[in-house]
Amino acid sequence: MKSHLSALAIAATLSVSALVLSGTAQAGATFDGVKQKGYVQCGVNLGLYGFSAPDDKGKWSGLDVDMCRAVAAAMFGDAEKVKYTPLSAQQRLPALQSGEIDLLARNTTRTLTRDTANGLNFAPTNYYDGQGFMVSAKLGLKSAKQLNGATVCVLPGTTTEQNVSDYFRANKMTFKPVVIEKNEELNKAFFAGRCDALTSDASQLAAIRAAEVQNPNDYVILPELISKEPLSPAVRQGDEEWMNLVTWAFYTMVQAEEKGLTSETVDAAMTSPDPDVKRLLGVTAGNGKALGVEENWAYAIIKQVGNYAQSYERNVGAGSKLKMPRGQNALYTEGGLMYAPPMK
Amino acid sequence: MTNPVQALNSARVRGWLYQALFLACTLAVAWYLVSNTLTNLATRGVATGFGFLQREAGFEIGESLLPYSASDTYLTALVVGLLNTLAVSAAGVVLATVLGVLIGIGRLSSNWMVNRFATLYVETVRNVPLLLQLVVWYTILNRLPSPREALEVLPGIFLSNRGMKFPVLVEHAGHGWILLALLAGIAAAIAAVRYGRRHREATGKPFPTLPAVIAALLLPPAAAFITTGAPLAFDVPVLAGFNFEGGGAVTPEFTALLIGLSVYTAGFIAEIVRSGILAVPHGQTEAGLALGLSPGKILRLVILPQALRVIVPPLTSQYLNLTKNSSLAVAIGYPDLVSVSNTSANQTGQVVEAVAMMMVVYLIISLAISGFMNWYNRRVALVTR
Repeated sequence: MKSHLSALAIAATLSVSALVLSGTAQAGATFDGVKQKGYVQCGVNLGLYGFSAPDDKGKWSGLDVDMCRAVAAAMFGDAEKVKYTPLSAQQRLPALQSGEIDLLARNTTRTLTRDTANGLNFAPTNYYDGQGFMVSAKLGLKSAKQLNGATVCVLPGTTTEQNVSDYFRANKMTFKPVVIEKNEELNKAFFAGRCDALTSDASQLAAIRAAEVQNPNDYVILPELISKEPLSPAVRQGDEEWMNLVTWAFYTMVQAEEKGLTSETVDAAMTSPDPDVKRLLGVTAGNGKALGVEENWAYAIIKQVGNYAQSYERNVGAGSKLKMPRGQNALYTEGGLMYAPPMK
Repeated sequence: MTNPVQALNSARVRGWLYQALFLACTLAVAWYLVSNTLTNLATRGVATGFGFLQREAGFEIGESLLPYSASDTYLTALVVGLLNTLAVSAAGVVLATVLGVLIGIGRLSSNWMVNRFATLYVETVRNVPLLLQLVVWYTILNRLPSPREALEVLPGIFLSNRGMKFPVLVEHAGHGWILLALLAGIAAAIAAVRYGRRHREATGKPFPTLPAVIAALLLPPAAAFITTGAPLAFDVPVLAGFNFEGGGAVTPEFTALLIGLSVYTAGFIAEIVRSGILAVPHGQTEAGLALGLSPGKILRLVILPQALRVIVPPLTSQYLNLTKNSSLAVAIGYPDLVSVSNTSANQTGQVVEAVAMMMVVYLIISLAISGFMNWYNRRVALVTR
């Protein structure tokens, strides 16, 4: 009898301690966790040229990858301290919610539902995008309004399916979706002619065209953008310290562009008399302490990752195969939407 | 009256005690897992519950057996997905069984060509991953010409990379009567078969069952067709804009999934059929010959009833596998239950609910199939007298 009782007691103790151990994220838990393990676990796309894709040596690069690198540079002074978790569209939210990753930089559109019901917090938008249609040039289409009755290839697990349904409904047109989970299979089906149009964010369409087509003129991206897609890095709710660091790591890149600081010129700028630059680079101390990192955090970002313009041109702009114009992603001083609040 | 200490020594009481303890622990763990998940979801601000089912889905589905549009609810969308899963599974089970039985008998054939072909089929199909086969079938179907250059295989039937388009009968009130007459014919055919068996058992003389069945199936619908004068008008697909309009359609996604599932599962069914037939001792055939039965009757009356007892249980697992494998549809864009659930989960963020619903639905489908097959197995099982 006694042994039964003690077994019960052990079971009870175990379950109570399990309850205590599984206590959920406290404020600062992610920040402290990242600091302790010594790297940022960053959720990225399985492979989207220009945003996050591994090269033949397995080294990741892209606009979203630069976001991960910037956060690592701010945290550890070393942009290489990132581990990448490639995620499908379906996997990305659960991966962040469950704590598998610390930061989601995977061309994710900021929406109200994701910001609230799904328990995410969004850092500033690092790429302003919009959903468009790509069609074969042979069809001779000029506008998305001519797509009535078309078959449209759609990648699932995004706002994409809903946007395209809304657009056709609003314009009293019909279409047939073909929804395939994997990018490669979807692209293969589209280029084999299964669909009349491929719909996705315009940047993705350009990336797909650059990667899959011999002559880019064979396919046209129609002028209509049917949605607003502010692609933004996201973190879990409940850790403001971590959210702050991610937010200001991105602003640093924008601010650096505004001040004309590049990875090449940042060393010389350490002696700059401009008080804004002095504060940014930690020559005048304060910003680092406020964020809970070293004072040279912003210097590390600019030196190792570069400013926003450098990152943009290298990954999706003129220096890349995508050749996307800056458009809405230019600085506010040049008619774009990129604007960093004062860093003081 | 035994005292409590003595009661503890009784094996029965101790057995009950251990079982109660085990049950309590299981319930405690289950309760802990559920409540922990709910608390964690709540603290992370993730919405829970099934309220989303009544909201507007807002996405289109490529093919549907029900009238469906983006303004219907998530629940309707999930039902559409479920019906698509059931449709491809049911068609797949039938096709895989027919193909599997043919190949299985082919492996036992004394004809060298047939035998080797069947062996090659089984070995190839069983040893290549299903996902790969699906992608291959889908790629082949996508290589067909575009709608504007569609192949007209038979008058009115067009093959293109948008699928197969075919004419369908325009509905008419008379068709209902023809259908009713056909049902009556089926009932008459069943009655004829039963009467034939009783007649044979009572008198020992054969009854012309086959001609009677054919007559019962053909005559009533033909009579209804003539008396109602129902027109045979067809809605023929015509090229308009991007694609064909009118007529019926089978999409490349459905076809690729159906062919892939059937061809793959048929490989396993062939082996099951072969093993079932080989399990019947050769002496049974010889005994049948000695009684003067024809080879066809030996197969039908002696071999098959015994072989089925061996075949049915493993066949059940193959049907279950086929149904569950149909969830690979997401890879080639067939809007099955998993595909629609994935989209719903992504739009609502309620992944736990969506996955739980998928699990329950697949469980119910599987239990239903296995329940039916168990019933059938009991029917064909050896009855000891």
